[in-house]
Amino acid sequence: MPARERKLLQGNQACVHGAIYAGMRFFAGYPITPSTEVAEMSARLLPRIGGRFIQMEDEIGSIAAVVGASISGLKSMTATSGPGYSLMLENIGYAYMTETPCVIVNVQRGGPSTGLPTKVSQSDTMQARYGPHGDYCAIAVAPSTVADTVTETIRAFNLAERFRTPVTVLLDEVIAHSRELIYLPEEGELEIYNRVKPTASPEEFEAFALTPNGVSPMPSYGEGYRYNVTGLTHDTHGFTTNRVDEIPVKLEKLRHKIADYTDEIEKIRVEHMDDAEVAIIAYGSAARAALQATDIARKVGAKVGAVQLYSIWPFPDAKLKELCGRCKKVIVAELNMGQLITEIERIMPDKQITTLQRYDGEILTPLQVVKKIEEVL
Amino acid sequence: MATAEKAKQKSDVTLHYLRPGKKFPSVWCPGCGNGVVMGSLIRAIDNLGLSKDEVVLVSGIGCSSRLPVYLDFNSLHTTHGRALPFATGAKFAQPHMKVIVITGDGDALAIGGNHFIHACRRNIDITAILINNHIYGMTGGQGSPTTPGGTFSTTTPYGNVEKHFDPCSLAAAAGATFVARSTVYHEPQLQKLIGQAISHRGFSLVEAISNCHTYFGRLNRKGDAVAMFDAFKERAVPVGKASKMTEEELEDKIVTGVIHNVEKTEFCDEYQKVVDAHMGEK
Ligand SMILES: Cc1ncc(C[n+]2csc(CCOP(=O)(O)OP(=O)(O)O)c2C)c(N)n1
Ligand code: SF4
Repeated sequence: MPARERKLLQGNQACVHGAIYAGMRFFAGYPITPSTEVAEMSARLLPRIGGRFIQMEDEIGSIAAVVGASISGLKSMTATSGPGYSLMLENIGYAYMTETPCVIVNVQRGGPSTGLPTKVSQSDTMQARYGPHGDYCAIAVAPSTVADTVTETIRAFNLAERFRTPVTVLLDEVIAHSRELIYLPEEGELEIYNRVKPTASPEEFEAFALTPNGVSPMPSYGEGYRYNVTGLTHDTHGFTTNRVDEIPVKLEKLRHKIADYTDEIEKIRVEHMDDAEVAIIAYGSAARAALQATDIARKVGAKVGAVQLYSIWPFPDAKLKELCGRCKKVIVAELNMGQLITEIERIMPDKQITTLQRYDGEILTPLQVVKKIEEVL
Repeated sequence: MATAEKAKQKSDVTLHYLRPGKKFPSVWCPGCGNGVVMGSLIRAIDNLGLSKDEVVLVSGIGCSSRLPVYLDFNSLHTTHGRALPFATGAKFAQPHMKVIVITGDGDALAIGGNHFIHACRRNIDITAILINNHIYGMTGGQGSPTTPGGTFSTTTPYGNVEKHFDPCSLAAAAGATFVARSTVYHEPQLQKLIGQAISHRGFSLVEAISNCHTYFGRLNRKGDAVAMFDAFKERAVPVGKASKMTEEELEDKIVTGVIHNVEKTEFCDEYQKVVDAHMGEK
């Protein structure tokens, strides 16, 4: 077996390697700390593989260019942080409505507003779900290490292509800027999903056809299909509709194509949960502290387990409930003033739920988590 | 050829480019200049002999921005003000495509003003047709960045106290390499300019002065669509003649023709050179 390529990379750089592995050939972005290295690395690597990079005039333009490029057939990505993600929301909504695959990396920093440009946070957890106005189902994945960032970015592209939808990668400042030695996947090692293309003739083609799994085959501009794309609520041919019998059809398509296939999206890491009485739930860099603290607590015999969420949205209701079935107590560790916890409280109203928050721009330490475990036990 | 026969041929051309299956009538008020611009665009594309598949029409939001939806090309009806960055992505992803943006004065110059100047600056090979009716039609007659001083709109009920943009000067100053203006009265000229703009390599702007008789006309007592068309005829001055006129004489005139036309390197071409130079590097 050939030696796998070993690289010392930052999370932000790993993200670009993952994206290119997944087939990214277009990046549009606007510099913002702590995401800028994603743009810089894309600018450097994309021309070498015949891809395209453009620095746009702002984040609104960046996501617009990404959607335009995706409809033209290139796998496309942008990267930003809180303020930029806020600016992108209207056009992320456009991507939901027009069912355009694309990846948006949000390297979270403290907010609101300009907040803490160089400090870690997980306070965009809810923005990734409910940011754009309207009804839709969001997908967000969340790495916690540099190595994860490669695989989760690949997964984000695969999910975007599979479900014809924008997918957010929720990174945070710590993962983005930490350097770790990782192995890059070899060619062919990981599965890459490409959007389904139409087989119907252009005459028979129905741009937003209702298919069994809700995802319509998607041609690229220039392939002879000449269809209409609009952010207005549209019928299955892509034309604007105000009809009461057609509006729900579109909205339900957006929901069901994702909500009915959550098994393909949900990804959870579970440690020591078999006999756990207390479960710690976390994602991203908070999960690193949670996992380490669980190991420490186990050594002194505490019946603690850890659940790390690799996908936040759709929220893995059923799986989490089942996993935490025998625990009486749950600790939710997060770098914000309580966002993930609202979901946990929603699905486990019968449990004793404790929150471990940090929102001073610093990471949670394993020791803090251990202390919380002691408190709860 | 008999006039009737010519007219029939013209309408056959138009029909060939209208989208089958799209329900007509359009959303536009009868007499709106948007329809004239649509006709000019169709005939310009037909004259150039472009295939329908190689044309991408992109627009933002507004009455004018509904235009692409009626035509049998690849069409991308986007968000308010953002047509140009969407078009930038589409063009950059497939540089061989002809990307044409249809936009309004509000869409291009208010909410989309930043994208407008940057698209000009990049000199990306996109043609923007800006239908300037001096008002927000779709939302019911509010003031826009091209609403002239002193005129009335629903948000300037006592007369507009702001200055207005000249889209052509703005585009030329920002780096666009082909800039032209005509009106919906001067259809043959408009058609010709649109054709020239599409053939031009680089960012091109055609400003089409148009009527919104429903709002701008009514609120400013400019009469119906026909009266507004007549006024465009009266006010139009070809660019050659205008160059010999004083600023005072040009007050309230519409300068028509090719206003700015220069050669500069184009964005996608330049990027391709970077790709060619670095392709395959590790
Ligand atoms: C973000 C956003 N803000 C506001 C609007 C409302 N809106 C729709 S069209 C329009 C103005 C359109 O004016 P213009 O571009 O001049 O086009 P016209 O209708 O005159 O052709 C506005 C403000 C919107 N759709 N989206
Ligand atoms: S409101 Fe004005 S711009 Fe809109 S269709 Fe009517 S006349 Fe045209």
